[in-house]
Amino acid sequence: MQNRTELLLQAIKNRILILDGAMGTMIQRYKLEESDFRTPELANHPKALKGNNDLLSLSRPDIIKAIHAEYLEAGADIIETNTFSGTSIAQEDYQLSHLAYEINLQSAKLAREVAEEFTKKNPDKPRFVAGAMGPTNRTASISPDVNDPGYRAITFDQLAEAYAEQVRGLLDGGADILLVETIFDTLNAKAALYAIQDVLEERGIPLDPKEGGIPIMISGTITDASGRTLSGQTTEAFLISISHVPLLSVGLNCALGAKELRPYLKVLSQKAPFYVSAYPNAGLPNEFGAYDQGAEEMASQVGEFLQEGMLNILGGCCGTTPDHIRAMATLAAKYQPRKVEEELEEEENNA
Amino acid sequence: MPKQDYLKLSGLEPLVFSPNINFVNVGERTNVTGSKKFARLILNGEYDEALEVALDQVRGGAQILDVCMDEGMLDGEAAMVKFLNLIASEPEISRIPIMIDSSKWSIILAGLKCVQGKGIVNSISLKNGEEEFIQQAKTIKKFGAAVVVMAFDEDGQADTFERRIEICERSYRILVDRVKFNPQDIIFDPNIFPVATGMEEHRKNALDFFLATKWIKENLPGAKVSGGVSNVSFSFRGNNPVREAMHAAFLYQAIHHGMDLGIVNPTMLEVYDDIPKDLLQRVEDVLFDRRSDATERLLDFAETVKSSGKKEAVNEAWRSDPVGKRIEHALVKGILDYIVEDTEAARQELVNPLKVIEGPLMDGMNVVGDLFGEGKMFLPQVVKSARVMKKAVAYLEPFMPLPEEGQEESSLKKILLATVKGDVHDIGKNIVGVVLACNSYQIIDLGVMVDAQKIIDEAVKNKVDIIGLSGLITPSLDEMVNVASEMERQGLKIPLLIGGATTSRIHTAVKIDPVYSGTVVHVTDASKSVPIAGEAISEETKEAYHRQIKETYRQLREEHEAKQSVKQLISYEEAKANPVAIDWTDYEPVKPKVLGKTVLEDLDLSILRKYIDWTPFFSTWMLSGRFPKILEDPVVGSEAKKLYADAQAMLDQIIAEKWLSAKAVFSLLPVKRVGDDATAFDPENENLTLGQFHFLRQQGKKGRGVPNRSLADYLYPEKQDYLGCFAVTAGLGMESKLAEFQEAGDDYNDILFKALADRLAEAAAEYVHELVRKDYWGYADEEHLDNDSLIREEYLGIRPAPGYPACPEHSEKETISRLLDLERSIGITLTSSYAMYPTSSVSGFYFAHPDSKYFGLGKIAEDQVKSYAERKGITQEQAERLLSPNLAYTPSTLLVNQTV
Repeated sequence: MQNRTELLLQAIKNRILILDGAMGTMIQRYKLEESDFRTPELANHPKALKGNNDLLSLSRPDIIKAIHAEYLEAGADIIETNTFSGTSIAQEDYQLSHLAYEINLQSAKLAREVAEEFTKKNPDKPRFVAGAMGPTNRTASISPDVNDPGYRAITFDQLAEAYAEQVRGLLDGGADILLVETIFDTLNAKAALYAIQDVLEERGIPLDPKEGGIPIMISGTITDASGRTLSGQTTEAFLISISHVPLLSVGLNCALGAKELRPYLKVLSQKAPFYVSAYPNAGLPNEFGAYDQGAEEMASQVGEFLQEGMLNILGGCCGTTPDHIRAMATLAAKYQPRKVEEELEEEENNA
Repeated sequence: MPKQDYLKLSGLEPLVFSPNINFVNVGERTNVTGSKKFARLILNGEYDEALEVALDQVRGGAQILDVCMDEGMLDGEAAMVKFLNLIASEPEISRIPIMIDSSKWSIILAGLKCVQGKGIVNSISLKNGEEEFIQQAKTIKKFGAAVVVMAFDEDGQADTFERRIEICERSYRILVDRVKFNPQDIIFDPNIFPVATGMEEHRKNALDFFLATKWIKENLPGAKVSGGVSNVSFSFRGNNPVREAMHAAFLYQAIHHGMDLGIVNPTMLEVYDDIPKDLLQRVEDVLFDRRSDATERLLDFAETVKSSGKKEAVNEAWRSDPVGKRIEHALVKGILDYIVEDTEAARQELVNPLKVIEGPLMDGMNVVGDLFGEGKMFLPQVVKSARVMKKAVAYLEPFMPLPEEGQEESSLKKILLATVKGDVHDIGKNIVGVVLACNSYQIIDLGVMVDAQKIIDEAVKNKVDIIGLSGLITPSLDEMVNVASEMERQGLKIPLLIGGATTSRIHTAVKIDPVYSGTVVHVTDASKSVPIAGEAISEETKEAYHRQIKETYRQLREEHEAKQSVKQLISYEEAKANPVAIDWTDYEPVKPKVLGKTVLEDLDLSILRKYIDWTPFFSTWMLSGRFPKILEDPVVGSEAKKLYADAQAMLDQIIAEKWLSAKAVFSLLPVKRVGDDATAFDPENENLTLGQFHFLRQQGKKGRGVPNRSLADYLYPEKQDYLGCFAVTAGLGMESKLAEFQEAGDDYNDILFKALADRLAEAAAEYVHELVRKDYWGYADEEHLDNDSLIREEYLGIRPAPGYPACPEHSEKETISRLLDLERSIGITLTSSYAMYPTSSVSGFYFAHPDSKYFGLGKIAEDQVKSYAERKGITQEQAERLLSPNLAYTPSTLLVNQTV
């Protein structure tokens, strides 16, 4: 019996893997109230908790599981844990830093549970859980104070510590993959990578997935048409800055729609020695900040990069729904995944 | 571990050590141990100035920035963190990777936590044993940085070849096998030590470094070699000529042996090929330890240059070289004095004058081209070289045989250059011509105002390899599209280069590239033209280059479209409803003291001279930096100084010998604002309309409280107000002097003269504006501003010019021209594209309202274009053509053209 990392490495070699869509968009559909966010222990918590979506893993696991199931039903190979804001730093806004470990642990458990169900139903399509690690709400290389450019609201050490706690929770809950995502400041991501390496080291787990390590996915965010991250790096500079870890994949998500993301994905697809992922938004937000690109339109835009063989992992970010994922999964099944350099060399040697 | 072929570093942008990167220069002025000035700034907490030091390094060409805070009086960790955080906020600096330099591990750690890019740690070593070395290397790997490893172990610093390779190999094996460090990320510093110290054990210091470098590159796959070059000449402190020669020779040899990056002070570096042969011989004898008395011989030589300075000691030595070398020297140094004599000597030797051109002269120019390409010479030097070349060729011409029918064509590649129809500016084009000529291209220069058909006919007739189009004013952009589409229609495939001040990569990609199926490339400046021309026509690269550039432009177009759809515009009606909020209640327009037209004949050039803004003058010559700081710039400073001296000398002559004259005309008129237009009346008879001015309004979506500006907003909305229009020129009577320069083939003085005339015209505009503010209009008679304040536009009221950001539409010059009777009053004419001739001219409007400000129009929508066309009485299509750079949409007419 193969372990799940081996299964994942095998699957990604043969086909384009589908990542799930937006969690927030789906939660909105439930029109939840403040009471939905309160576990019995938090009944008297002084801060309003509505909007702290990660907390729902503890207070309404039924909803989170249902959403995971919808995405798996739609064809997702990988689902993301409900932990985008699951660091003690991000939870500070709700005075819930002390729950960070618990949120990650339970979220990973929930996701694993649902993923296992689906894997059992169809063992030929094993499902995986990616532990989502968001950027937090602070930046390590940008000053929030325009009058004091040398000031930082958060340090590398603080970030690394918070991420380490998140990683421990995710791994203890059974996450198959660690996904550092929506990176707008590469220094935050480097702190996350540092923390991951630290935790793996303390647990004696090798770094390289080929040697039995936990696969790591990285996904940056190009904030606008200037083609740079919020902290100012070009796509290639971003890639170089995070290439010291043997990643499973590098990619881009959020901020832009599929069409706008294309030129930057192309850079990754040409230069990255790793698999390449993309999970764009459902287009650009309209005047009201909502995403209204339909599933078919998004799939047709994504079709272009699939045709060019630029991708290995495809999914959706803000505004995407199971319908979007279904449309993209159907389309992706028709195309070959991108080959990484190593695979190309292997093929050459075999021929 | 994924395979990685090159050392790859990053700041905000990537730095990849691919094979075509020869040598990477590390900027080291931001090192408290190496720079007294930087140390003082950091110790005094003057971080703003310290950042300037970093910025100077980047602008001076540093590709990596070394930051060191190892100073006893300093909290090194805090200083490192603060400085790196500040750098992170300066995109121009943080563009390049950082080298975190410290002998204290705690400072290195603090630094690693501040850089988002992939930098270099400088340095670690086996000094304190393997355990610490491994621990530090593991941590660096975790942070994702490259590392400099010193050749240093438990027994001390390596000082022989054997010790160097022993320590480096041991370090390498530990890093690669045990730490699993990426071998590409290992950079060895095998210790550059002084030579010629007089001590026996130092004799092999340089040689051992070279050999160790070579050994590392051959035996430790992936590893790189670095070093601090200035150490080698330590024993010659105070003798810069010798030190500069030693640095150049050492660097040359070290790179030859495989050194990849290093710390070099560019101001302390002689051009290797320029080191006098006898000095080079002695320096290399020392570096390679070739004779037992090498040190004594270098010391003897050093004595002779020490007292008299290198110039006098070696200056005339080149006269005894063989003739080919003499010609090369004259070309590289731009010395005119002996060139006729030497050319004649070469002609007697080679008999055939063509052989002289294709032999020693072209060889010399190739050296110039290479040095320029490597950044070892700067543009003003190159232009001087070209002047020497032209003088030599002119001397040979009478000896040339008459061309015969069927004679074999010259093997030189040909480049046709032209400034497009409607445009008369040619400084930039001439510079490109000179630079290309230095790189063995034959230039066919069709001059200015060349129409499309002539360009095509000449290109076909001369079988040129490349066509280069130049233009300065915005309508030229359209004309370039026209030339390109004509080339396509007539089936040409010749690569097309696009250059000039208003051209851009994005315009080329969006407007020109789609209409021509041949290669189209935008060239940012003259130095870029050489490699681009090479790639575009070389048999080996042209196919790949064509594909690559087409793809690049296609991507740019897509990005541009994406941006377009994001860009939010509001309707023209909404924009008009959000004008500049000026409180008119207590405002009384100042009536000009002198109404109507005033002509100022013969402006005093010695006064204008004081109004010159020199910064743009240097940028014309591709020397970037603010005046007067540029004169002290470590990289371009000495060239800037020479150029400035030449400019001052020529200005003296211009003034003394009246090489040109400057005139101005302006008219201050009563106007009435009507919407976004203004009607001007005859001051004598206020019922008589003289003309209409049409202004444009910003349509970009603004934040709360930010207006959608139009120049019209600065005029009283209902009552009568006043508006001025003006034109000045400093280009009158230049022809005879220019003809003289052209006759002599003297591009240097030709360009210098034109550039100065441009500056004088701008100075005249500044000067006359001041006269108007203080006297003729008189709304600011209390004003006292020095030239710096004028350059910073600290005065009241503005003088926007048609064709510039606030009113980018050029045809308004026609109204100005009519009101001022430009041709008769001061001799300025307008071309079909509304460029002014003489080129050194400026025209515009005067607005007096104290709240008036310069701004950029930005993109506008079709509703405003329709209104503008209607108000101006032209068709929408004409308006779209005039406003094309500002359109937020693609007009239907242009779409049709593109599909043809």
